[in-house]
Amino acid sequence: MVQYQTERLNSAFAALSDTTRRGVLEQLGRADASITDLAVKFDMTLTGMKKHVGVLEQAGLVTTQKVGRVRTCRLGPRRLEEETAWIERYRQLWAARFDRLDDVVEELKQQELRDKRNAR
Amino acid sequence: MNASEESEPARMKNTTVERKSDREMVVTRTFDAPARLVFEAWTKPELFMKWWVPKSSAMTLRSCDMDIRTGGKYRLVFGADAAHQMEFFGRYIEVTPPSRIVWTNDEGEEGGAVTTVTLEEKGGRTLLVMHDLYPSKEALDASLAAGSNTDALPETFDQLDEVLATLASKGS
Repeated sequence: MVQYQTERLNSAFAALSDTTRRGVLEQLGRADASITDLAVKFDMTLTGMKKHVGVLEQAGLVTTQKVGRVRTCRLGPRRLEEETAWIERYRQLWAARFDRLDDVVEELKQQELRDKRNAR
Repeated sequence: MNASEESEPARMKNTTVERKSDREMVVTRTFDAPARLVFEAWTKPELFMKWWVPKSSAMTLRSCDMDIRTGGKYRLVFGADAAHQMEFFGRYIEVTPPSRIVWTNDEGEEGGAVTTVTLEEKGGRTLLVMHDLYPSKEALDASLAAGSNTDALPETFDQLDEVLATLASKGS
């Protein structure tokens, strides 16, 4: 179970670490596309694009479906969860920052009060 | 004790994040202090360095140059050492004490976001609103993805450490 989670996490990070693959995700966010469309758009060979899509598919970020001779790619079920997770991650970063800013501001406030008392 | 007394401090310390549109992120937080003190903590480098890098983060702020005035520039350098450093830099478009700071984020290859921080004081408290406007939906998506990618790494390593520890204890 732990092993499985780690693999899943690693595959998602690996999938997102590549500029082309992030570009493919953005592209599929606008519209579904065939592997041929994507290869043309990103100026790559069909084989190269197949590899990228394979990595995204394995990470659960993209699903593909073959109809006749055309394989269509669309965003996988994890796409929305990913965005929610990204936003939560972002919120945590800012909440942590602002908790510390709160401490710094509180120190300034106390300092001011002390200075006022001393001036009297 | 009534419910409003209980929820007041909790609501104040609450940091909210909302994706307002394809190109905008908005973060808010209320501080129990006048705006000038929040402004001071944001604009004095020695104070800014105390809070910008959260303790939970593995990042270290190596240097922090801030020429805080309209038209001034800033440069933040993060990283464990010179070989693994990351720079964030840009220009202050507007600095109006104690209520408004606007800056560009120029480290990206394409146009970066413009960040606007406003401080609104009411009854001795200050509502801070941080608004990021990205040049495109794709730029915001990529930034969120990249942020989660780099920021999550230390935690990923922690999780990996746990896994390794579990495996090691089982093996012995």
